[in-house]
Amino acid sequence: MILVYLIAILLTGAFLAWITGKWNPVWSRIISLAALSIDLIIITLFVLQSIPSEKDWLIDIKFNWIPQFGISLHLALDGLSLVMLILTFFLGLISVIISWKEIDSRVGFFHFNLLLILAGITGVFLSLDLFLFYFFWELMLVPMYFLIGIWGHENRTAASNKFFLYTQASGLLMFISILAFYFIHGHNTGVYTFDYLQLLGTSMPASTSMLIMLGFLAAFLVKLPVVPLHNWLPDAHTEAPTAGSLILAALLLKTGAYGLFRFIIPLFPSASMTFAPIGMLLGVIGILYGAKLAFAQTDLKRLVAYTSVSHMGFVILGVFSFNELAYQGVVMQMIAHGISTGALFILAGQLHERIHTRDINKMGGLWEKAPVMGAIGLIFSMASLGLPGLGNFIAELLILVGVFKTNILMSCLASLGLIAATIYSLRIVQKVFLGKKNKDWELSDLNFREKIVAASMVVVIVWLGLFPKPVFDTAKPALLKTLNKQKEITFQNPGSNSDNAEKVLCEPSCNPLCTFVVKPNLFNHKGSQSKAQSNTKGNQDNLCP
Amino acid sequence: MTEKDFLCLTPFLIIATAPIVIMIVISILRNYKVVYGFSVLSLLVAFASIFLIIPSVPHTIEPLFIIDIYSLFFLGIIIISALLVTLLSYDYIKQLDGVKEEYYIILFTSTLGASLLAVANHFVLFFLGIETLSISLYILIAFQRSKDSSIEAGIKYLILASVSSAFLLFGMALIYTAFGTMQFSAIASALVTGNQLSPLVISGFGMMMVGIGFKLALVPFHMWTPDVYQGAPAPVSAYIATVSKGAVMAILIRFFFNLRGFENQYFFITISGIAILSMFVGNLLAIRQQNIKRLLGYSSIANMGYLIIILLTGSNKGIQASIFYLISYFITTIGAFGVISLLSTCKDEAEKIEDFKGLFWKRPWIAIVFTLSLLSLAGIPITAGFIAKFYVILEGMKAGLMVLVFSMIINSVIGLYYYLRIITTLFSAAGDTKLPELSFTGNITLAIIGISILILGIYPGWLIDIIVRFVTL
Repeated sequence: MILVYLIAILLTGAFLAWITGKWNPVWSRIISLAALSIDLIIITLFVLQSIPSEKDWLIDIKFNWIPQFGISLHLALDGLSLVMLILTFFLGLISVIISWKEIDSRVGFFHFNLLLILAGITGVFLSLDLFLFYFFWELMLVPMYFLIGIWGHENRTAASNKFFLYTQASGLLMFISILAFYFIHGHNTGVYTFDYLQLLGTSMPASTSMLIMLGFLAAFLVKLPVVPLHNWLPDAHTEAPTAGSLILAALLLKTGAYGLFRFIIPLFPSASMTFAPIGMLLGVIGILYGAKLAFAQTDLKRLVAYTSVSHMGFVILGVFSFNELAYQGVVMQMIAHGISTGALFILAGQLHERIHTRDINKMGGLWEKAPVMGAIGLIFSMASLGLPGLGNFIAELLILVGVFKTNILMSCLASLGLIAATIYSLRIVQKVFLGKKNKDWELSDLNFREKIVAASMVVVIVWLGLFPKPVFDTAKPALLKTLNKQKEITFQNPGSNSDNAEKVLCEPSCNPLCTFVVKPNLFNHKGSQSKAQSNTKGNQDNLCP
Repeated sequence: MTEKDFLCLTPFLIIATAPIVIMIVISILRNYKVVYGFSVLSLLVAFASIFLIIPSVPHTIEPLFIIDIYSLFFLGIIIISALLVTLLSYDYIKQLDGVKEEYYIILFTSTLGASLLAVANHFVLFFLGIETLSISLYILIAFQRSKDSSIEAGIKYLILASVSSAFLLFGMALIYTAFGTMQFSAIASALVTGNQLSPLVISGFGMMMVGIGFKLALVPFHMWTPDVYQGAPAPVSAYIATVSKGAVMAILIRFFFNLRGFENQYFFITISGIAILSMFVGNLLAIRQQNIKRLLGYSSIANMGYLIIILLTGSNKGIQASIFYLISYFITTIGAFGVISLLSTCKDEAEKIEDFKGLFWKRPWIAIVFTLSLLSLAGIPITAGFIAKFYVILEGMKAGLMVLVFSMIINSVIGLYYYLRIITTLFSAAGDTKLPELSFTGNITLAIIGISILILGIYPGWLIDIIVRFVTL
């Protein structure tokens, strides 16, 4: 029941925040904070109490919803969703706090939308019924549309429309695929159901499976976003209010990555294997193209938005490498990117609040006036470029190492992205905080509230960089489950696409799955950055004796 | 006629008696409130009487009537929609100059025509119903005699509807010539034995299709829709979009399924073509509209396009889906037009998109109902429209109508674009338009509509259960 409560608390909070916002805006802020804190506490208590890693699902509940169509309210939690939920509630709290001063009109409705989006995201991370999943997937959209369209910047209407149409169109393609899946399974077994666990392992011709997978992919790759489909992202990020950009970058994009893990790989083991080279290529293109465009931007928020495109390239690259190390890296990337990019968006928002521009050519030399802000900016720019000791480094390194085992060329190309990331990240620091003053801005440094936010995010990103083991341990069973399913099925019917299957999995000396048996303690408690780096290498040797 | 016949016709008798009573009452004393209250009450009693006759169905009154659960379901939907329209008309009609009590009389006669269509089993009753409905609608559309656009719309509808009725009648005549019967089931059996369709029969059905296509505003017989929707008083537009179309849909489904038209490739191709055309034309033309009533008119064209997909599924499940779709579409459309009519005054109709600028910040509850209606028309989850579209897509896919389902999905995206445009306006910075005060009944009705949209969107299981258990043809 705990899972239902998580969503119900957010929904109740949403309505309460809206109603009380009519009388006093502070109430809606407090209620939102309370709802998110309760959720965060519940989930933290749950983590502290127990993580039995043997079971497939830590919690699994199911109620009938529309039994006539085989639709059920099936929610379940495993390590992967657990990690994502913690991220969701944490960043949800942050987004309420950063909006404290920025949002001063229609406060109640703002928090209603905010909590509704978070409820949708929570639902997406928990649903094990394809219909329910689509329901939550769409539920995120409308409030996000309002968030951008009402509280956004100058071009908000166009941006919100673009966001909505892109995601809705791709979502409908996914919906057709869900229905096709439903019918194929129903036709095979006579049981018409949307239940994920029952649909797993539905057999169908390779071409059909490919088509259906492409429908799912459309939705996830637009969300992620992957390069030819990324057009909505810079606009939406730029025009959204700070909290909107934060949630878009840190959480909404992650639902796409989560969908790849939860649905694409397990439901379409062989089709996804066939698609893997293209997927990886798209990832590499995304990394390089996003970085190039990020370098060319003058609008600070747009710049950060393009770095998202680049970072998300690593995610899809990792997902389609079918390798445990890379998978660990992807999960880490999802969290670290959420924190670091989120922080950069917050920073951009704070700057905009103070000097009313996002044009980095007009900034410069702000360090003098706002040293704390400068320092925070520096830390997160460093995180974004992958400085050892911060979460992003671990993530990208693991992905690159993992991919290296399956596809050396892609890994090499992708690592160029790190150089590009260095260039654009340093450009942020140089243009905004250092360099010559273009104008004598009057601006105050971070206040107490903002310092708290910044400090908590710094703590998290450093913690992820130095001691990422808890995250790995939590997500690992879920990732292995995904990988094992993949392995089972590709070994069972190697006929359909044996070429790829061999290429990826038949390296017995260095099978990524052996980590399951060896169970190396990845990243033991280490204090220094360089040790963390050498440790990775050490473990790598362990894995491939 | 037997006692049972009378019993089964109770709802019709009530609907037919009510306008006569109103006529007598207003000849003695004109009191708007009394007439209004009486109308609401009669509709409620008529609706209640449906439950009274459930035990005695199915019952056939030869040769015209067939009263089964299917027709009772449609009857219920029609009466409830008429009731909602009546409730929403109160303020709008009250502001009119001159006589206004007559509005309710005509609303009753048109409802009578519509409900006859739900039980028709014979060309005579079919035509009788359609004409009663149409003639009442001429008057309702042109009810605001002082307004040019209203007169224009009335005359447009009059001329075009007469032409289409002529087509319908001629089509019926041709079929009668060919088979010598006007009863649906007899025509169906004649068709089976007759194997090949003679040119006479084909042209007969073709002409009937023109007539029905006009009433449902399917492309290419849709030209009248935007003008009439715009010119008619807002509650009447709601009435045309729902009751009138729903009733024609009821008889179309019965006729088509009796004939097993989905097995005939001519019908199949024609209906598919009309469906696809209606979706695309309706949605594409809606994009550029600045007038919300016109926009909703085009959107109703597209919606009927989605709905007639059901005709081709050829299964009871398809019919059940169509009933769910109609219910959700009715509630949604009445909600949208209801908002317009509540915000309109007789002189100044709130029909331009700018009139709704910033409505959310001035009248949040109304704006929420409007938003819900629009989201439901667009088929976004948590609204009834989503489940309805899902149901139709599901049955369409089950029947293998992939092309139709795909065009429905493409059109959902196109449709989103213009619904979003209105929603954006609702939430944009407040304009300086003055809004009329809202009445109590209006508010309550809108609240009921808004809640039903949500209930059907979040927990539709019970309604689907009822439909699946009872409704078969």
